Amino acid sequence: MHATETLNEADRLMVVCNSCRYCEGLCAVFPAMEMRRAFTSGDLRYFANLCHGCGACYDDCQFSPPHEFNVNVPKVMAQLRLESYAHYAWPGACAGLFQRNGLVIALIAALSVAVFIAGFVAWSDPGALFAVHTGPGAFYRLMPHNTMVAIFGAAFLYACIAIVMGLRAFWRDGGEAAGRDFAQAGHETATLKYLDGGGAGCRDSDTKAPDNRRLYHHLTFYGFLLCFASTSVATLYHYLLGMQAPYAWTDLPVVLGTLGGIGLLIGPVGLLAEKGKRDPLTQDSSLWGMDVAFLAMLFLTSLTGLALLGLRSTPAMGLLLAIHLGVVFGLFVTMPYGKFVHGLYRYAALARYSRERRTQTD
Amino acid sequence: MIDTERRFDVLVIGGGNAALCAAISARRLGASVLVLEAAPKFYRGGNTRHTRNMRCAHDSATETLTGPYTEEEFWKDLLQVTGGQTDEALARHMIHQSKEMLTWITEQGVRFQPSLGGTLSLGRTNSFFLGGGRAMLNALYRTAERLGVEVAYDAEVVALDIRDGVFLSASVKHAGTTMTVRATTLVAASGGFEANIEWLKQSWGPPADNFLIRGTPYNKGTVLKLLLDAGVQAVGDPTQCHAVAIDARAPKFDGGIITRLDCVVFGIVVNKHAARFYDEGEDFWPKRYAVWGRLVAGQPDQIAYILYDHSSSTLFMPSLFPPIQAPTLRELAAKLTLDPEALEKTVAGFNAAVRPGTFDSTVLDDCRTESLTPPKSHWARKIERAPFYAYPVRPGITFTYLGTRVDRQARIVMADGKLSSNMFAAGEIMAGNVLGKGYAAGIGMTIGAVFGRIAGQEAATRARN
Repeated sequence: MHATETLNEADRLMVVCNSCRYCEGLCAVFPAMEMRRAFTSGDLRYFANLCHGCGACYDDCQFSPPHEFNVNVPKVMAQLRLESYAHYAWPGACAGLFQRNGLVIALIAALSVAVFIAGFVAWSDPGALFAVHTGPGAFYRLMPHNTMVAIFGAAFLYACIAIVMGLRAFWRDGGEAAGRDFAQAGHETATLKYLDGGGAGCRDSDTKAPDNRRLYHHLTFYGFLLCFASTSVATLYHYLLGMQAPYAWTDLPVVLGTLGGIGLLIGPVGLLAEKGKRDPLTQDSSLWGMDVAFLAMLFLTSLTGLALLGLRSTPAMGLLLAIHLGVVFGLFVTMPYGKFVHGLYRYAALARYSRERRTQTD
Repeated sequence: MIDTERRFDVLVIGGGNAALCAAISARRLGASVLVLEAAPKFYRGGNTRHTRNMRCAHDSATETLTGPYTEEEFWKDLLQVTGGQTDEALARHMIHQSKEMLTWITEQGVRFQPSLGGTLSLGRTNSFFLGGGRAMLNALYRTAERLGVEVAYDAEVVALDIRDGVFLSASVKHAGTTMTVRATTLVAASGGFEANIEWLKQSWGPPADNFLIRGTPYNKGTVLKLLLDAGVQAVGDPTQCHAVAIDARAPKFDGGIITRLDCVVFGIVVNKHAARFYDEGEDFWPKRYAVWGRLVAGQPDQIAYILYDHSSSTLFMPSLFPPIQAPTLRELAAKLTLDPEALEKTVAGFNAAVRPGTFDSTVLDDCRTESLTPPKSHWARKIERAPFYAYPVRPGITFTYLGTRVDRQARIVMADGKLSSNMFAAGEIMAGNVLGKGYAAGIGMTIGAVFGRIAGQEAATRARN
């Protein structure tokens, strides 16, 4: 017996699947399962994070509902993934943030935006918020650069620490890997190798519409990385080259940010649309809050960033800057307590899987 | 909704591998095709949904097959498992045609994978479907529907109008009414009668009540019965079937693969009197699993128990239900409601007969018994290390072999020996032509795909002329 109903159900399913093994060619979950005859709670959470939720195993399963064996691996693994995020969350007191996660993140984001607007009103010169500011250092007339660095540096640092602590707890549940496993996992993460049902595509039902989740996820993921690169390059511009934001449209930080921003507009919308197209039986709609909240935060980060870029020489700049910074701050502080962590746990699970597979065949 | 106004070129009854291969190949030749599947959509495909591979001859290794499997070797394997009870010309024709099947079925959207955990012994001879039989079915249905094949679910054929060996129409129970469907030709691909317990009892008697059926309850053999009643020539023995020993705790229907047990070769098997009754180590398990269903069916109350000890507990594939275990044989006997003394005596007798040897499950090793009846020829090790384990087993019927006689064109042969002019059969409903008895893994799918494709082509050609 495990500590939760979801773990018990996942265990029941893995016993069924391990007796069948027809899905072993679809993804990493089933080969990992086959290396065991019994499953610890840590094993099950590891499987849940290996699962990309593609759904191919559900369409292929002769025991899926309405069959009495009621085998629904994508749904139960999604439930267990969420449970695992809460289980490994740091500090433990924050585990509850994964409950009603959509509401939690919406509230934090709204509060964050409100505080930034209020802060701008309170601390900048009267009238400065709605004045036109242009030229190098324009943003810093509303919020001193050092203050911005201090606030975002602290938020980012906190997010990093909390995420690393969560990963550490996950890893202590049986993770082991060498350098090449991390490289292998990196490759599988970057290509979303397991989001394609073993090569036949995720969707194997009669639905004719193509499943473009991989494309939209790439747009989102690489869009996010480009935006991160944009910020990093801008930091180098500031400290190494002494060039202050805002930068010209043709400067590298703006180019990277614009490209990334476009990805972060299309990707999340596409992922949300694909979500709506999926077989509702493979989904637990009560988990949607977390997914939608994260997609919305990414979308808003991009939207407010691009709006700021477009309107930075108008009187709207001040308010847009406050909103954009509020959204980004909200994104940073909620990263350890939302869907963002899925990528890191999945990456760690893939590294663990790479080693298990390697040592099994050695 | 079924269009009863229309006269279809080809009516396919059934919804599994054979039916879909027939429907697709007929449609590809330009015929209009209606598929009638008696089961609801989820349970479509008869036993195909529980399969995972197909045995096809091939002259060289492929991406997913580890080596060649020649027509001659296939034929020898078939000859061995059937003990010669097969139609040689038909079987050789099927084996020859099976070569093209790997390519053809891939063109219909079916994908293969290398054989992985637990099935490595079949990696050279059998082609495994990526995602298993239901994935294969999904691919075939998608292709059929894309080509314009019409499919009706919950559509059970209850009567056939056949006059002088000519099919005219079928009565179909569908959407709360009974309607008449007309077609120029008929392909019967509706499987055996394994889920029809009453029919099984006609030849097996009361023991059939204790059989478990591995597939859905929809494999009732209605169409087979209608055909035989209309003067079609029968082939095969009504008691012959593909039957294995499966966990006695499995559901009555549709437990599929997950209730099978691969541990017979590692222990001993006793009946309800705690007596052994067959050589558990006669040959490799993939070559012997198909005899045990029949063996258990021959035991009192159709129940048996596989017994093994701690040293063998992880040597075989896990199964759905955990084994029953106990620290002593006496306690195990109590849990199984066997006579403890009889069980101890059987195990003691077995242990005393075990000769020293080097245990190796990958070869026919030299661990055997001496002066024991029945003997255990290989992998015989003393049952002495606690805890002791047992699985109760019953006959699990996959499919029956009594069927309709066909020729090389899959054309149905009438009782008087004449060929029907417009009726064809494919799959389990005519498997008895090839399988007089016995079974070799994946051959049911070969029969279905090869004769399905032939039947579809022949029916379409006939209908279009």
